[in-house]
Amino acid sequence: MSAREAILATLRANRPAGAHPLPEVPLFTPLVGPDLVAEFGERLKRMGGRVADADGGDPFGPVRERLQGARVVASAVPEYAGNRDLASVMQPGDLADVDVAIVRAVFGIAETGSVLFTERQLVVNAVAYLAQHLVVLLDPADILPNVQAAYLRPEFGQSAYAVLHTGPSATADIEGVLIHGAQGVRSLTVLLVPRP
Amino acid sequence: MSSASDELRPRGAEERLVNPEVAKAGDESERGQDGGRLAHAEGASRPLSAEPAARREREPQPRGAKIRGDRPIDQAEAAERFLAAPLHQKAHDERLWDLRKKRDAAAHGIPEWEELRELASQIKAHTLSNLDTYLEQFEAAAKANGVHVHWAADGAEHNRIVHAIMRDHGARTLIKSKSMLTEECGFRHYMAGVGIEIIETDLGERIQQLDAEEPSHIVVPAVHKTRLDVAEVFARTLGTDPDNDDVHYLAESQRETTRPHILSADAGMTGCNFAVAETGSVVTCTNEGNADLSGNVPKLQIHSIGIEKLIPRIEYLGVFIRLLSRSALGSPITQYTSHFRGPRAGTEMHMVLVDNGRSARLGMEEFWTSLKCIRCAACMNTCPVYRRSGGLSYGATYAGPIGLIIDPTYNKRKYSTLPFSSTMNGSCTNVCPVKINIHEQIFAWRKVLAEEHYIPALKQGMMKAAGAVLARPAAYRAAIGAADSALKVLPRFAVYNPLNTWGKKREMPEAPRETFHAWYKRERLKKTGQDA
Ligand code: SF4
Repeated sequence: MSAREAILATLRANRPAGAHPLPEVPLFTPLVGPDLVAEFGERLKRMGGRVADADGGDPFGPVRERLQGARVVASAVPEYAGNRDLASVMQPGDLADVDVAIVRAVFGIAETGSVLFTERQLVVNAVAYLAQHLVVLLDPADILPNVQAAYLRPEFGQSAYAVLHTGPSATADIEGVLIHGAQGVRSLTVLLVPRP
Repeated sequence: MSSASDELRPRGAEERLVNPEVAKAGDESERGQDGGRLAHAEGASRPLSAEPAARREREPQPRGAKIRGDRPIDQAEAAERFLAAPLHQKAHDERLWDLRKKRDAAAHGIPEWEELRELASQIKAHTLSNLDTYLEQFEAAAKANGVHVHWAADGAEHNRIVHAIMRDHGARTLIKSKSMLTEECGFRHYMAGVGIEIIETDLGERIQQLDAEEPSHIVVPAVHKTRLDVAEVFARTLGTDPDNDDVHYLAESQRETTRPHILSADAGMTGCNFAVAETGSVVTCTNEGNADLSGNVPKLQIHSIGIEKLIPRIEYLGVFIRLLSRSALGSPITQYTSHFRGPRAGTEMHMVLVDNGRSARLGMEEFWTSLKCIRCAACMNTCPVYRRSGGLSYGATYAGPIGLIIDPTYNKRKYSTLPFSSTMNGSCTNVCPVKINIHEQIFAWRKVLAEEHYIPALKQGMMKAAGAVLARPAAYRAAIGAADSALKVLPRFAVYNPLNTWGKKREMPEAPRETFHAWYKRERLKKTGQDA
């Protein structure tokens, strides 16, 4: 008997007694107030992320300094040109020298300060981790109230890869000392910029 | 519950987040955009590092239980050595207590917390009792997504399958993120034997790999080590400055030395927090970004999945994701919640479904619900025995309360003593996000092990006498006090088999003066500077 058949047979033979129906999961009242943009920013900051409004003319104003200090900028958004073309990357490891990556989020979640990307937004998934810093464009109209609402969205069932980022890469594996930039990006900044 | 309220007592609140000695100028990790202290991910809410004086009197790291084949683990012996290292013991205790406090704050912030726990418990019960059909559904969905699906009856088969996949691709190196399942399988050890290089990419797990030690905790694998220990390990293995124990320096050294491995690895592997039957997705909940690098950089990606990780539908992640990180770390979510569903263009994706004793456990009437476990470690963080004895003292893949109830299913003789490493205070059961009746299962294991003669006759006799009170934590504590049989210092009391302290044959010569709870309360008050 194959492992598959053996495992399934044992599971059938060992089915626990009693009825264990799937419960009805109610839609819980969001923990956040009606101002989703403010709530989102508040939670994101607590998770080590940064958030900035598009101030008038220059949506990239808040990260201008970071962009100017960067040698390699990989942009996956039409709003910023960058100098590394993601579409022509042969293998993900080629992005190891990226200083700043710019991507647009599918949506944000106010309850946690998270943003969602799929392979479509990232173009090369690894760029969101190999880059030193991540800049995220998020349309304020794309903020969902909570995690429960997020999991009712179709992206999770449709994308090969879907990921919620909540702040930057972090670790505190040594003595609980918090460090941003464990293996992934050292900072994550969300710019509230409406979709073009 | 009274046991929980004692445990809930706040400890002294220090204002600094990071010891000024280790904070680097300009580092953005310590404070948020608004200048507020950050304590997300595994971050401690206050500095927990050993006192500066400890740098001068270097305390060697206590090592774990001595493994002698199948012989019963002497957890008390290993715990004694941990207790004999006060700097380690104190740092460990405080660090995990801090995680426990963060968990409480996060849980109390959600009005529907208890409802979520009940829902999670029911969803898991349902899935486990229909696991055959959900696994078939998962397999079909994954295959439709272009994923290669494998089934492994045990750890050895898992290792052989992964080895074969690697061989087919001529792959020699593999980067991986943390996975308790692969620890269960002895995966690194096996792969070393067949000449395949495994690089752990999680910081804590990497520290443990470099020190040739098992993880001591399922969420923070190197929590039993101080930064001085890590500095020593890194100096020895990565060539870092042995005198530099700055945590930022150590973490950065690991990042810098791991990155080349990530870029050149032939294959990448992750574990699995949730596997979704409906979509064939593997979900990982991590903080460092290393799981996403493992899954997104190499051409070949492998996900190892314990079969109990299944949930029926994506929408239920709306329950489990809300519970997991809050229970584990006190954060509303981990930094990364990743959903791997299909291969990237031009790459191959494999999923290995591993049983390794799970299907058999499903048939154990009193213990099958332990399969609901989502590995949050809340029960470990809250356990007074675990906090004071260290995860390695259990000599098993799983330590702490969850370990006590699943380790004996792997090897009854070897882990026969573990269910006695508990004060039966019930705190583990109270914090468990999927409502496993942990302390009741611990007691049930004691009975099973006694009936099947895995514990000595003397203890068996005492089992009967002690049974009634042990089963009821409140009565148990009252009895302990009345019998005047608790030991003066908590740790000896806690780590010794309570049945020993119960009986005539005392392990400790001196007359006990106060009970654990009285001791604990006094110590707490001393720390917080409050009046009794
Ligand atoms: S038994 Fe419960 S509390 Fe313990 S690790 Fe598992 S889910 Fe968490």
